[in-house]
Amino acid sequence: MAVPHIPAAIRAVTARIGAAVLVVWGAATCAFLALQLIPGDPVSAIVGSNALVGAEQREEIRHHYGLDRPLALQYGSYLKKLVSGELGDSYQLQQSVSSLLAEQIGATAQLALWSSLVAVVLAAAVTVLTSGRSRWPRRVSTAVELIVVSTPSFWLGIMLLTVFSFRLGWLPVSDSGDARSLVLPVITLALPIAAVLTQVMREGLLGALEQPFSLTARSRGLAEHTVRSHHALRHAALPALTLTGWFTGTLLGGAVVVENVFARSGIGRITLQAVSDRDLPVVQGVVALSAVVFVLVGALVEVLYVVVDPRLRKGTGVAAA
Amino acid sequence: MTTASSRGTAPDSTQTRAGVPVQEVAPLLDVAGLNVRFGTGPGQVHAVRDASFSLAGGRCLAVVGESGSGKSALARSLLGLAGPTAEVTAGRLRITGREAREFGPRQWRAVRGRRVGLVAQDALVALDPLRPVGKEIAEPLLTHRVVPRKEAGERVLALLERVGVPEPAERARAYVHQLSGGLRQRALIASAIAAEPGVLIADEPTTALDASVQSRILALLGELKEAGTGLLLISHDLAVVEALADEVAVMKDGRIVESGPVGKVLESPEHPYTKALLSAIPGSRPRATRAAVASDDAEPLLEVSRATKVFRGARGSRRTAVDEVSFALRPGETLGLVGESGSGKSTLARMVLGLVAPDGGTVRLAGTPWSTLREHERRQWRHTLQLVPQDPLSAFDPRWSVARIVGEALATAGVGRAERQARTVRLLEQVGLSAQHLERRPLALSGGQRQRVAIARALAPSPRLLVCDEPVSALDVSVQAQVLDLLRQLQEDLGLATLFISHDLAVVREICARVLVMKDGRIVESGPVEEVFAKPAHPYTRALLEAVPRRARTAQERL
Repeated sequence: MAVPHIPAAIRAVTARIGAAVLVVWGAATCAFLALQLIPGDPVSAIVGSNALVGAEQREEIRHHYGLDRPLALQYGSYLKKLVSGELGDSYQLQQSVSSLLAEQIGATAQLALWSSLVAVVLAAAVTVLTSGRSRWPRRVSTAVELIVVSTPSFWLGIMLLTVFSFRLGWLPVSDSGDARSLVLPVITLALPIAAVLTQVMREGLLGALEQPFSLTARSRGLAEHTVRSHHALRHAALPALTLTGWFTGTLLGGAVVVENVFARSGIGRITLQAVSDRDLPVVQGVVALSAVVFVLVGALVEVLYVVVDPRLRKGTGVAAA
Repeated sequence: MTTASSRGTAPDSTQTRAGVPVQEVAPLLDVAGLNVRFGTGPGQVHAVRDASFSLAGGRCLAVVGESGSGKSALARSLLGLAGPTAEVTAGRLRITGREAREFGPRQWRAVRGRRVGLVAQDALVALDPLRPVGKEIAEPLLTHRVVPRKEAGERVLALLERVGVPEPAERARAYVHQLSGGLRQRALIASAIAAEPGVLIADEPTTALDASVQSRILALLGELKEAGTGLLLISHDLAVVEALADEVAVMKDGRIVESGPVGKVLESPEHPYTKALLSAIPGSRPRATRAAVASDDAEPLLEVSRATKVFRGARGSRRTAVDEVSFALRPGETLGLVGESGSGKSTLARMVLGLVAPDGGTVRLAGTPWSTLREHERRQWRHTLQLVPQDPLSAFDPRWSVARIVGEALATAGVGRAERQARTVRLLEQVGLSAQHLERRPLALSGGQRQRVAIARALAPSPRLLVCDEPVSALDVSVQAQVLDLLRQLQEDLGLATLFISHDLAVVREICARVLVMKDGRIVESGPVEEVFAKPAHPYTRALLEAVPRRARTAQERL
């Protein structure tokens, strides 16, 4: 081999970081190119509907933002700024993109992490409770899962609002700053995810219960629910983990519909606004942020995989006889 | 069970384990008229029919039969684990003196692990791969509250020591995949005997183990029997049964067709099925008279010279799987390659097949370079040599029909679409199947039929050399014998050269003219089969031969 002296661990970490850089670069480049392909003049987006801006001023603005330079140069300086962590200024909001994202990420992260947690706990509980010998709980649960998955989340959100906020008045309608305002948006996001997750986990759990080690566990006198929670559930967690990582990443990129229904601030809302206003630096910033988040979540999922499955640990390969 | 909770408050109350009589006079298992049925209606499977037997402490009853004969269903019904679709009925089903016919789930749980322990088949999958074996062994202790939680760890170490696991503290923290086959099996036995059950059910406890490991596990089970455990041994291997059992019950299609003391049943069998089983043991059958002893002057078909393969593990460790191996195989010759698992047999086979590139040395095929070719150059010669895999089920696409499986190989060999169907049928007939198997899928075939399809597929491109990697080790003995007969027939009819890889010396002896013995990647001994078996020169060969269970050995000596 070419590099026999570098320890395997360092090589693995280097390769991982290299791949992460590649992902972020790819996402940033795609965002840059996609925005170039949108027809129309970015200057119009900057000036908006202000009809008083003349041709001369438009040229000035074009020059100010560097939009008159060749595309390759624009791309180059965009990448350079990205590397130094500078995301430019918003066209519309008179604010730097990084401070804008920093303001919003808190609300989004709060919503995303709580939703993921609720979804995972709910899915695990439903899975364990409905994978017993009796088939009826499973059938009912499967039907409910299907309905929840196929329900549009804005409708689900509005229904929850109607019942719990308008009718019963238990929970606030919109973001009031206290924790209670988080309940309904979290439920709206978590329910469909929990439904999909339950299907994946149940599949894994029923598969694990068919395995010989489950027979051994039963032959030791374990109760059926102990076999499920102590043995089979961990096997079911492996495929569910991949899915959990994926939707957590997606949620951290902003939950557009739910943020709008519940009038919450967050990445999703500013993304929507930036796209409709053609506020290019903001869109590019959100894309870069999402790419970084996905890379981080992916790395975390890989670590968790190793925690759950000892067979993936380094140095624990099959020992010699 | 109240012992654990009352310990603190009543220090001087010497409670014994509730409900367990100190001495059992009655047999541990007393079963009469046991029936196990799966499903209902016309699809119902009557897995166990009217079985009666009993087992006392310190004795071993072996239940013998081929796969599908109902052995496992019988064993599981003794644990109340025959499954949710099973209907178990019996005239008498007494487990350690209690009538179990009316047991509810709670009473069954008190039996499992505590009165009847189970050593399930294949420890690699019978232990939870995601938990350390120490936790697995502690589970019955905690479930039945045999010891308080904080003493469980100590007890686990004592159990590991009892079953002969070296460095128990370290092994208790290991996971199943980190243990060798023998240690795994010992750990599984430790978990089964942890809560000191009177009865131990061992389901094929030595299948899939190497011969030398097998004999050590048998010795351990023998010790447990000496110590007073009633052992119910389930096996298809009569040699194992003879080594351990006092009584034997032969099962066929769910019925016990013959039973009695082991010496009587095996020496003078009465039922034709028992006789058939006995005569099918490899090594007990006549050897191929002219097992293709090729003339020395023929040009070798396959020439391996100083082939070496080194694998790099995690953390940069290196393992030499094949170490400067040289041999030649002439047209029409059958060469046996023997060794235990991990000895490098399969890596060598892959190098021969051109699937793994050697790190040193060369492989030549029909006098031309082989291992040094580029893959696209090699491809046009691939039809010359074909593989018969160990487990055809995993080597087939489960969704493909037999016609498609064999047809694909024919298509690769350049047989036109129009001709393919007829050629497929001809190949199937050659391996003892017929056109009625064309539309079957692998799962709808028996183990023997699957291996026949695998052979048909290997024959499709008209090869000159077959590489058989443990082709019969997953099969029942009687089926094994049929497949070996087929391979021998094909060798004679087609003049095929065969590289026959096996860990089973008896099988190799039956079919091969020459044998190579492999250990730790090296060929430690080679020569004509008779010589190597009669006068083994290397200590490892001697150890392998000694590990062959008695019956097969005496059968060989008789010849």
